Amino acid sequence: MSSAADRRPATPMARQILEHHSLLSRARALPGEARFVLAVLTLGALVAGAGIGFLVVTGQLDGRWYDLRDLGNATAHFRGWTQRQGIHSAVPYLVTGLLGGIAILSLVGGWLVIGVWAERRLIAKFQIRQGPNRVGPFGLLQPLADAVKLLQKEVLIPIGADKLLFFLPPILIFIPAMLGWGPVPWAPKMSYADLNVGVVYTIAISSLGVLAVFLAGWSSNNHYALLGAMRTVAMMVSYEIPISISLLAIVLFTGSLQLSDIVAWQAQHNVWMIVLLPFGAFTFLFASTAEINRTPNDIGEAESEIVAGFHTEYSGMKAGLFLAVELGNALLVGAMMSTFFFGGYSLFGLERWIPGYLIMGAKTFLVYFGFVWLRATLPRFRLDQLMAFAWKFLIPLSIIQLLFVAVESMVVVQSGLPGIVTIGGSIIANAALTFVGVRAWANAIGYSPKEMASPPIMTNGVGGLRAAEQIRAAS
Amino acid sequence: MTTVNEPYVLNIGPQHPSTHGVFRLRVVMDGEVIRDLDMIVGYLHRSMEKLAEERTYTQNIPFTDRADYLAAMSNNLGVCLAVERLAGVEVPERASYLRVIFAELQRIASHAMANGTLVSDAGAWQTPLLYMFREREKILDLFEMTCGARLTTNYMRIGGVAFDPPPEFWPALQELLDEMPARIDEYASLVVDSEIFLARTRNVGVISAADAINGSLVGPALRGSGVPWDLRKAEPYCVYDRMNFEVPVGRHGDVYDRFMVRLEETRQSVEIIKQAVAQIPDGPHKTDIPLALRPPPGEVYGRVEGPRGELGFYVVSDGTPAPYRFHIRAPSLINLSLLREMAVGVSLPDAVVALGSLDIVVGDIDR
Repeated sequence: MSSAADRRPATPMARQILEHHSLLSRARALPGEARFVLAVLTLGALVAGAGIGFLVVTGQLDGRWYDLRDLGNATAHFRGWTQRQGIHSAVPYLVTGLLGGIAILSLVGGWLVIGVWAERRLIAKFQIRQGPNRVGPFGLLQPLADAVKLLQKEVLIPIGADKLLFFLPPILIFIPAMLGWGPVPWAPKMSYADLNVGVVYTIAISSLGVLAVFLAGWSSNNHYALLGAMRTVAMMVSYEIPISISLLAIVLFTGSLQLSDIVAWQAQHNVWMIVLLPFGAFTFLFASTAEINRTPNDIGEAESEIVAGFHTEYSGMKAGLFLAVELGNALLVGAMMSTFFFGGYSLFGLERWIPGYLIMGAKTFLVYFGFVWLRATLPRFRLDQLMAFAWKFLIPLSIIQLLFVAVESMVVVQSGLPGIVTIGGSIIANAALTFVGVRAWANAIGYSPKEMASPPIMTNGVGGLRAAEQIRAAS
Repeated sequence: MTTVNEPYVLNIGPQHPSTHGVFRLRVVMDGEVIRDLDMIVGYLHRSMEKLAEERTYTQNIPFTDRADYLAAMSNNLGVCLAVERLAGVEVPERASYLRVIFAELQRIASHAMANGTLVSDAGAWQTPLLYMFREREKILDLFEMTCGARLTTNYMRIGGVAFDPPPEFWPALQELLDEMPARIDEYASLVVDSEIFLARTRNVGVISAADAINGSLVGPALRGSGVPWDLRKAEPYCVYDRMNFEVPVGRHGDVYDRFMVRLEETRQSVEIIKQAVAQIPDGPHKTDIPLALRPPPGEVYGRVEGPRGELGFYVVSDGTPAPYRFHIRAPSLINLSLLREMAVGVSLPDAVVALGSLDIVVGDIDR
């Protein structure tokens, strides 16, 4: 009777992790000289941190070009310098535009690598597996190895495919995925293109990708691809509407279509939109999973039904581009979600200490983690169920919420009452709408999941049709 | 102006994520709706029944491993019971208990696979499948401990079982039995009340009790339609008549019911194994039979309740060491024949889930 005791770890999991994975234990294992160097470095980092903290507190850093909490400062200083030198104003515009574009491309590229690794690793942990752990430390270089593998592979073009239209979609789908990052505010002054119609731009760009998807599905000359494309188009068309309505509610509160204004409003009122508009946040999250083809709404490329959907026929790096764009879109939705609903770069005053783009990145990856979690947990909807959910549930309730918000926003602006009263009242009203309204609406359209889940009847009997009828009658 | 949809033909398989092997569906579709459906089998045909006519009865046992490769123990048991009845071989009591224990372990492992792949067919990203694989892995470890093989066990023999389990088998089995109910609950909590899973499986692929009997459906698919027919109760073999267990039957006959029946059967199997472990006597684990067993001329149809349903072996002897005719009544093939009733007129995702709920094994279909 030894095996039961042998297999269980002798110490609790938390202690094991502390003992085997903590930095302290790693440092203790180092040789003496290395430990000395490490101690000096740590001390230096602490002193430097204290010095920076002092500068930040006394406000000596504010607005300088080397104020790295907001990279927009450097740009502004550069523009001022060129003006003083008498250089044409187009030059700083072009230079910063080019630099910013490269910066966004490399940032998203780097995030993609981290995103691929994080998704595979996290899903493996959810599924009691190890996940990638061979290439590099913790398997961190696995995405690069995957990319190299995909680049080496031959790109096949099916005989029946429309050559040009088959060639275009992987490129076409990449453009809106990158353009979407333009208006994201990373810090108060740090935004690639702080458009005054940022919300409209976001909605417009997000619906461009569907063109490439449909081209890919149609030109492949494959039934699975066509089915996937049709499903994706139907989904996108349906879910644009709830997304737009939920964003409209935000715009009513903030009174601006500019993303930086929306973040500033949340920072100023010290409230995140997810608290103020829980139903709007849910709508946005759910609708975005449909837009970017992720579980539970990945019906556009439902593996168990239509193999890989619209990119069934793509191979090599072309398929890789589709997958990368999909992941990039998930990160983009994460960034949008944090901008619209999680206060963007603001963190209740802490953004004075921590660079805004770090806060923004952390929030983005938090939402991304939510997507991974969903993917590891939920089964998939059917197309008609998804459509019904949008048209019968999300859209009517979003419109009702919009009516609520229209009144509330007028009260917030015009009543002259303190913010804690008006915004607090709005929070309570919207929470009530979310929890009561959703229930009532579900009852009204006749949805009752509790009755659907019924356990089987346990019996000791044996028999055929008559026994079956008796058992059913008795239960 | 009206638009007319033109039906088109979609080949699902032989290589497709949800056909569970090399099995092909030729579907005539109208948009997303299935109008007609042909099932094309035979990609895995190995001529098992003909090969069996050239080999002795004991040599035929390994073939049955490869028929339903997810339930090798049950297949072994079926052929051994049939030949024993034909030849009049007595089985020691300990061997009968061991057979029950291993057949029920195999049932848990097979149902885990069936339910896991069903949820994956419904779109979950393999998580429920891997959760159930955790327990299946431990069961396969037990098999390996006892007979050295994990999938193609070749464990049962005519007149008993090949080996007595080693001493370390029993504590490991007890540990598995102790944790199993909690594991099944954990698995159920992930799937059973999931509203998405309910929406996908409730009232999908409905087979009425009358249709199920007319289509000679067997196993969890039959019991999911509400018919309380379990050979372990109806025609107890081995020592099932001494076991205290219940048979779950479904209410609606849909995919969800078949899923739930399998889940409950897993719980009942754990109970059966617990009772068998408590009751198992000491003694020999097999009787010695001649290497070239010559049953008297005659025929026999032996059947057991495998994980997929009634698994029958029709064996005809002409008095020589090899069977004259060796036929396997495969539950997967018969169950599959009702797919057409379920799938025509519904959309593709529903058909995929209905196919998953039948729990076919292509090795069992093609043999």
